[in-house]
Amino acid sequence: MSEPTTETLSVIVEREIAFPPEKIWRALTQPHLIEEWLMKNDFKPVVGHRFNLRADPQPGWNGVVDCEVLVVEPNKTLSYTWSSGEADLAIKSVVTLSLMPKGAGTLLRMEQTGFRPDQKQNYQGAKYGWQHFIGKLEQILARTD
Amino acid sequence: MSVADNVFKSLADPTRRALFERLSRGGEHTVHALTAGSDVSQPAVSKHLGVLKQAGLVHDRRQGRETHYSARPQGLKPLINWMNHYGVFWRERFDRLEDLLNRMDQ
Repeated sequence: MSEPTTETLSVIVEREIAFPPEKIWRALTQPHLIEEWLMKNDFKPVVGHRFNLRADPQPGWNGVVDCEVLVVEPNKTLSYTWSSGEADLAIKSVVTLSLMPKGAGTLLRMEQTGFRPDQKQNYQGAKYGWQHFIGKLEQILARTD
Repeated sequence: MSVADNVFKSLADPTRRALFERLSRGGEHTVHALTAGSDVSQPAVSKHLGVLKQAGLVHDRRQGRETHYSARPQGLKPLINWMNHYGVFWRERFDRLEDLLNRMDQ
C-alpha cells in the first residue's frame, strides 16, 4: 500500500463514446480536429515530434502547453508530455489517451500523471497535501449555507 | 482557515471576483482607481481587497498615502489543484470531443 504523495498528480477521466475507435483516433490526431475540441496545435502523430497546444492566455498562464509525442499506436494509444505554466503554477506531466472497443462504441480513457516541480518545496508534508486539501474542502462544503 | 478555504471563500463573492479579474488584466491599481470602476464604496472595496490579500490573491504596496494593489495569479493554485484533481478540464474537453464526433462524417 502506498500513500498518495503530495508531489504526484494523477488524474483519470473515462468516457464511453458511441463511435468506433478509428473515428475517435482521427479526432485525437488530426490538427484541425484537435483544435475543435482541445486547443490550437501543430501536432503530428510522430514519436519525438515536439508541438504546442495554444489556448487564450489566462491569469497565471500564458496559454501555451509544450508537448512531445511519446507513443503512437493507431486506434489504441496516444501519449505526449504536457508542460505548462510558469513559476508556482508550473506543471510537468504525461497525458495518455487510450481507446478500448466497448460494445458498438469505445471507452476513451485519459490519464494524466506527473508532478509540479515546485510542489515539494511549497506543499511539503501533510500540511497542504491532497488529503488535507480534500478534507478541508469537505468542511467548506459542509459549512456552506 | 487554510489557504484553500481562503481562496474559495474569497472568490465566492462576485464583487471580489470582479476586483480580482480587473487586477488580473495587469498592472497596479490604487483603491481609488478600483472604487471608480465599481459600484461599491471605497471602504467596501478596501475591505474586499483585504480579504483577497489574506487569501494570497493580491499583493499590496504602500507608497505615501496610497496603497497599490496587483494580482497574484499564483494564489489560484489551490483552485487549480482542485480542478485538476477532479479532471474538470478533461471532462469539459471530452464534452467538446463528443460534440465534434457527432458532427464528423463516418
